[in-house]
Amino acid sequence: MKTWLKILAIVLLFYVHIGGLLMDVPRLNILNETIRALYFHVPMWFGMVTLFLISVVYSVLYLVNPSVALDRKAVEFANVGLVFGILGMLTGMLWANYAWGSFWHGDPKQNGAAIALLVYLAYFILRGSVENEEQKARLSAVYNIFAFAAMIPLIFIIPRLTSSLHPGSGGNPGFNMYDLDNRMRMVFYPAVIGWILIGIWVTTLRVRMRGIEDKIHDLEDEKTH
Amino acid sequence: MKKLISSLLGLILMALSLSANAQTDVPMADGLRSEGKIYVVVAIILIVLAGLITYLFLMDRKVKKLEDLLADKNHSTK
Repeated sequence: MKTWLKILAIVLLFYVHIGGLLMDVPRLNILNETIRALYFHVPMWFGMVTLFLISVVYSVLYLVNPSVALDRKAVEFANVGLVFGILGMLTGMLWANYAWGSFWHGDPKQNGAAIALLVYLAYFILRGSVENEEQKARLSAVYNIFAFAAMIPLIFIIPRLTSSLHPGSGGNPGFNMYDLDNRMRMVFYPAVIGWILIGIWVTTLRVRMRGIEDKIHDLEDEKTH
Repeated sequence: MKKLISSLLGLILMALSLSANAQTDVPMADGLRSEGKIYVVVAIILIVLAGLITYLFLMDRKVKKLEDLLADKNHSTK
C-alpha cells in the first residue's frame, strides 16, 4: 500500500474522531448524542462489505488463473472483513440497547448481518477442514462467491422488503433520515473512506505475513528433501 | 395594515422561537461541551487512535524486516 494512502487514512480518521465528537449533529429525541455512533458503527459495515468485495474479486481471479498469491489475498481480505463485521455487530448491539431498548431485537438487518457473518465464518471452517492446499484454495474460492452472493440479499435486500428499525428500510434506500443533514455527511463519508483504507492496510500486512510463512515452509521442505 | 403586518410578524417570531425551544428541549450534551471537559475525552480517544496507528506502522516495519531477512537467507542458501 502506498504511503500517501496510509497518511490519508490517518488524517481522515483523526478528522473523523474530532469532528464526529465535537461537530453539530441533528437534535433528535431518543437518539440524542448517540446519533454520533453513526460515524463509527456504519463505517464498520461499509468496510466489511468493501473488503468482502475485494476478497470475492480475488477468488474469481484465482479460479480464472490459480496462484498462491491470489488465494492468499482472497483469504486475508475476507479475514479482515470479518473483523470489521464483528466490530460492526458489537457497536450496533450497544447502540441498539440505548436507541431501541435491548441488545438484540430480531431486527431484519441485525439478523441478516448475523447470518452473513456466520456464512463467512463457515468459509474459514471450510478452509481449515481441507488438507490439500490446492483443493483448499479452489473449494474456498467457490464458496467465497456463494458467501458474497448470500450476503448481498441478507444485508441489502431483505431488510428493505420488511419493516426494520434500521433507517433506510421499508423500501427507502440509504440514509433518508439524514438526507436533510449535510453536516453529518461531511464526517460520515471521510469515516467510511478512512476505515476502508485502514482495513486494506491491515490486510496487506496480513498478506505479507502469510507470504513469509509460506516461504519459511518452502525452505523447510527444501531442507528435508 | 401596519397592525396586521406587525401581528403577522409577531406570530412568525413566536412560531420561530417556539420551534427553537422545541429544538433545545431535546437533551444533548450541551453542558458537557461548555464546562464538562468533553475535550479531555476527545484527547484521550485521539491518544488511543494515535497509539494504535503507530503500532500499525511498527508492525509494517517488522514485516518488512522479516521479508528482507528471508530474502537474505534465501540468497545465502542458494
